[in-house]
Amino acid sequence: MLPEAVAAMSAALSTVGNASSLHTSGRRARRAVEEARETIAAALGARPSEVLFTAGGTESDNLAVKGIYWARRQADQRRRRVLASAVEHHAVLDAVEWLAEHGGAEVTWLPTDALGRVLPDAVEEAIAGDPDSVALVTVMWANNEVGTVNPVREIAEVAARHGIPCHTDAVQAVGSLPVDFAASGASALTMTGHKLGGPYGVGVLLLGRDVPCTPLLHGGGQERDVRSGTLDLPAIVGLAAAVRFAVAEQPREAERLAALRDELVAEVLRVVPDAHPNGDPDANGRLPGNAHFTFPGCEGDSLLMLLDAKGIECSTGSACTAGVAQPSHVLLAMGVDPVLARGSLRFSLGHTSTRSDVAALAAAIGPVVERARRAGLAGLRRSVSERSVNEQSVDENAGVNRPAEV
Amino acid sequence: MRVLAAMSGGVDSAVAAARAVEAGHEVVGVHLALSAKPGTLRTGARGCCTVEDAHDARRAADLLGIPFYVWDFAERFTEEVVEDFVAEYAAGRTPNPCLRCNERIKFEALLDKAIALGFDAVCTGHYARLSTVDGEIELRRSADDGKDQSYVLASLTTDQLRHAMFPLGDSTKTAVRAEAAERGLGVAEKPDSHDICFIPDGDTRKFLGDRLGEHAGLLVDDETGAVLGRHAGVHGFTVGQRKGLGIDAPAPDGRPRYVLALEPVSGTVRVGAADRLAVDRIVATRPVWPSGQPLGGAQGPVECVAQVRAHGGISPAVAELVDGEVVVQLREPLKGVAPGQAVALYRTDAAAGDLVLGSATITTTG
Repeated sequence: MLPEAVAAMSAALSTVGNASSLHTSGRRARRAVEEARETIAAALGARPSEVLFTAGGTESDNLAVKGIYWARRQADQRRRRVLASAVEHHAVLDAVEWLAEHGGAEVTWLPTDALGRVLPDAVEEAIAGDPDSVALVTVMWANNEVGTVNPVREIAEVAARHGIPCHTDAVQAVGSLPVDFAASGASALTMTGHKLGGPYGVGVLLLGRDVPCTPLLHGGGQERDVRSGTLDLPAIVGLAAAVRFAVAEQPREAERLAALRDELVAEVLRVVPDAHPNGDPDANGRLPGNAHFTFPGCEGDSLLMLLDAKGIECSTGSACTAGVAQPSHVLLAMGVDPVLARGSLRFSLGHTSTRSDVAALAAAIGPVVERARRAGLAGLRRSVSERSVNEQSVDENAGVNRPAEV
Repeated sequence: MRVLAAMSGGVDSAVAAARAVEAGHEVVGVHLALSAKPGTLRTGARGCCTVEDAHDARRAADLLGIPFYVWDFAERFTEEVVEDFVAEYAAGRTPNPCLRCNERIKFEALLDKAIALGFDAVCTGHYARLSTVDGEIELRRSADDGKDQSYVLASLTTDQLRHAMFPLGDSTKTAVRAEAAERGLGVAEKPDSHDICFIPDGDTRKFLGDRLGEHAGLLVDDETGAVLGRHAGVHGFTVGQRKGLGIDAPAPDGRPRYVLALEPVSGTVRVGAADRLAVDRIVATRPVWPSGQPLGGAQGPVECVAQVRAHGGISPAVAELVDGEVVVQLREPLKGVAPGQAVALYRTDAAAGDLVLGSATITTTG
């Protein structure tokens, strides 16, 4: 977490007060919440009344997708179509699929190009078939895996032309890219705390004042009657501090991270020339702190373990609940071969990343890929006994042939 | 050594990993995801590889302070173990999937990957004693007779065993549970798993039926040749089976009837009295010798002990190599011996534990 957020949150932890209460400490808490709301609104080009506090990105995505669908459908039963990109985060993807299975929705998956980008023409085409049947459009601002930035303003404009609300998951974008809710033309925008150096378990849905949205959580109606639940004051205060800092620093930090990222990409390609960078090669078309590669012949889980052992943390696709790395649905949607998709890794750079991190990766990645490749081949081999003596002797670790001891 | 500990989420593999850590090895824990669609919660003692098992393995690794990963072997497992299991039944044989899993998954797919990634050994919670004496591998029965798993490891090659580690070989299950509790491992009281992990409801006949469909055939009295009934496929039967034969009329002599033989081509299931079930001669093919020495290096027939299933089915025997096949003469006839099962041969050793001489796949019995 950013020190600014830790300080704000720590201070708030030792003060008491429920922002819903009317007494003095309640009013003090309420004031802190409203100041946080105003801070976030100002930083993101929104009005304070458009800021709804939630328990994070997943809740914000669910609230936007289901809530807007339900409300629009209720107003006009013909509106049963949800237009969603195939590369959305699971919080959107699974909410959309749930609506299809249980809420009578029909999903039109918006295709992406080979870089993982949703084109406004594709949205126009999907709407044009039957505009009256569309409940909402949801397209993420920037992809969490391959880092590709979507033309959200143009997409929202297409939707608006047909009078259709457009939601965007901007979890990756806030703090990394300039984000202005009003200028984007989006009707709803998801953001979360921990992606920009704030606390976990708190997020925001920016929801336009005229956008109908049925609540997911019913109760006290604390947030504009759209979201209920006692507000987590320390987390909200910490979130506001993080947003203020991250957004103010964004231009400088983005420049620093983009330079670091370019160096990382160049170094990886120098050491592993056949690695394939995924996403938009143009720096303006991708998140500044994101680098994503496919390493042919490697299994992602081997790469991850070997890098982890060297203190380098990276991610494969997304893990299922058992922790099994699945081939990324984002890469598959981009048309990447499933076998290659399994050998893909994402490197994320953030406010603590430095040039020495990049140097450490450059030093490690060559032998790691070589070894992971050997392990990938081993997966195809029939038997241990077929392993040649030669191959064992090039192993860096002596003692491969040592008998088992307990 | 750099050791990869296979952690199922059960108490045995957790304690095995703990002992490897304590022995000073550099240990990494791996849970093998073997099911493409794992269940969320464990139900009773059956099945494995649920999300809950992965969670239990992770918590044990947390406690041991070792890195932990989940590796997806579902595809390999389906190909090498599940499909083989179905094909073997379809061919009228009785496979042992646990043995196959050790052979092809834990000590082949996983071991190959581990070695390639720079590990020296794969550690599991199997109950069997493994040591190296004068450079030769010795695989022996566990100190716990009731839990001994040497039978399902007896078909591993010397190379596979050289990179294997079984830290529980000298312990009893009771001691392992007590040790788990002492170490604060949450799985100390977790029930043992039984049966076949990929058939969580335990209904093997239904599992096979779903995959093989119906292949109707006749149930025939082996002695008289009389047709006693019809069945939906030989895969629904195993040699030695008594229940569920679907015969309406009792045998004339009033004695229960057992499955004696399966003939997959004609779809015939031969049944008869218990005394006809006993065999005293076994021929087995594709022998594997853990020490690398056929029959422990003996020339000619060898006095030994033969075992034909994971628990029980043990008899003193004389074994001999004839044209690359193992011919076993049993001193005490055994019942329910089916082609496809493995026969493991041991040299008796009360002090150090019976030594595994080798293992082979049964082709004919008599």
